[in-house]
Amino acid sequence: MSTVAYDSTAVLGRHLRRIRHSPGVVVLTQTMPITMLLFFGFVFGSALATPGQEYRAFLVPGLLAATAAGGIMTGMFQSSQDVQRGVTDRFRTMPMSRIAVPLGQTAADLLTTAIGMVPLVLVGLAVGWRIDGGVPGALGAFGLLLLFRFATNWVGAYLGLLIRNEEIAGQLGSVTFVLPLLSNAYIPTDGLPGWLRVVAEWNPISAVAAAVRDLCGNASPSADAAWPLANPVSSALLWGLVILAVFVPLTVRAYTRSGE
Amino acid sequence: MSRMDTTYTVLSEGLEKRFGGVHALRGLDLAVARGTVCGVLGPNGAGKTTAVRVLTTLSAPDGGSARVAGHDIVREAAAVRLAIGVAGQYASVDGELTGRENLRLFAKLLRLRGAAGRARADELLERFGLTEAADRAARTYSGGMRRRLDLASSLLTRPQVLFLDEPTTGLDPGSRGQIWTAVRELADEGTTVLLTTQYLEEADRLADDIVLIDHGRAAHRGTPAELKSLIGSYAEAVLPEDATQPVFLTAAGVLDRLTGAEPVIDREHRTVGAMATGGTLTLPRIVRELDAAGVPVMDASLRPPTLDEVFLRLTGGAGATATAAGTSGPARPVSRTAGEERAA
Repeated sequence: MSTVAYDSTAVLGRHLRRIRHSPGVVVLTQTMPITMLLFFGFVFGSALATPGQEYRAFLVPGLLAATAAGGIMTGMFQSSQDVQRGVTDRFRTMPMSRIAVPLGQTAADLLTTAIGMVPLVLVGLAVGWRIDGGVPGALGAFGLLLLFRFATNWVGAYLGLLIRNEEIAGQLGSVTFVLPLLSNAYIPTDGLPGWLRVVAEWNPISAVAAAVRDLCGNASPSADAAWPLANPVSSALLWGLVILAVFVPLTVRAYTRSGE
Repeated sequence: MSRMDTTYTVLSEGLEKRFGGVHALRGLDLAVARGTVCGVLGPNGAGKTTAVRVLTTLSAPDGGSARVAGHDIVREAAAVRLAIGVAGQYASVDGELTGRENLRLFAKLLRLRGAAGRARADELLERFGLTEAADRAARTYSGGMRRRLDLASSLLTRPQVLFLDEPTTGLDPGSRGQIWTAVRELADEGTTVLLTTQYLEEADRLADDIVLIDHGRAAHRGTPAELKSLIGSYAEAVLPEDATQPVFLTAAGVLDRLTGAEPVIDREHRTVGAMATGGTLTLPRIVRELDAAGVPVMDASLRPPTLDEVFLRLTGGAGATATAAGTSGPARPVSRTAGEERAA
């Protein structure tokens, strides 16, 4: 096994062990979008012109995309905690691959997210969401969600290495909850005022949510929307790859130079 | 490999490090002979931690060069990392994992695989008295236990050089003693140790050689005994309880004349003292001269200085906590270098 694979697997094992010691944290994280689905879907949904069931079917892919975007928060928190507690420095004094620590960390997050999204999907199906795109569509949607989660988790890992303080990372993490609000995750963007609509349509979370809706046969891309929403699958894929291409090297660099 | 490399396990020349506008290291020269314990002593901000970070490859130097275990710290950083163990002031273990899991993780990363890694982890847990707590999350450990786990984590592969950055800062005396015993044992087994500390007693107990660093460079170096002899002996007289201020001043005048150093009056402990250099002053002479000046002397002593006193003198008074000065405030800052003092 190569050094990168061996070291990353060891770091991955570290994070999985941490989860095994406190599974409550993961359960709590997954409870959040389900709570939002039930709250938005039934409380807000009742006030909307569209039937509640239709809104809930719209909301589930949005919440899946928002969950994927949550990688920023978890990545930021984990990296800054490790820096602050000196774990990063211990790894850095060891003869290890320089990419292994962030890679093992983000791989562990990817695994837990893949499993953690299942309850949200099940509750979503129970309240009216349907997957009409067949197995390839469903797998494609799941793949895009995981790609986006992986990408945002690297963004978070990078920011955490700069922030170096878990309290500040926690505060900033709660600010990231705003990001899906500025997208089509919870509401259609058609009714937004001009500039806000541009922001929302170019928000990567919108592309991912629209791609899931498209691949699961919930809604077709709207041709008159901005390019990312007219071509949601391509743009979601592109967003994921571009973010990774930028933030993987940045993170490795920040890790290598941590504390300078 | 040159002879220097085999003699000195840690050798740095003119190390420079800047953080923004702060010049943390200004040409630090260090030479730690194989199998010895080097105590790097200095006040907060002197550059101790920066020196360790640079030597352990955590931080890149801005100038100068250093070799650790024969490898250049910049060009051969990976080889340096294979040869060193590092334990910091802050326990750098994963608090969410148990002690055993931490050691097994680091063992795995150091290529101690399978049964070999597990056995080495158990051995170190036993050695550092952590066997009973081995399966508890490290965050539940006391400060001393965490520090021992941190030390154990840096010893998995029996490193050639062990760097300890203030290993006992903030620990209770019992835990401090345990760390001291462990470091002493490691040194006896042949591990080269570079240890930074603010505790002079720690350096006195553990170090074969001491380097005093101040403002990012080595201000003085030597064995603890050599450093103490640099500034001579401390002459002190204890006066009776009813001694008045004029009597204290007379006594101070006598000590000033005998030592050439500015005396320190401590009314609370009724003492007058001064650092005597040159080695010619004797206790009978002090008593005789004080007696001749009409100073009633209850007790008198001429003793080697503590490292605190050495430190205070050699670094100009910055940073040392315990001093012999008492209520009269810190001793006069000394601007002369030790070399000049020895010549004087």
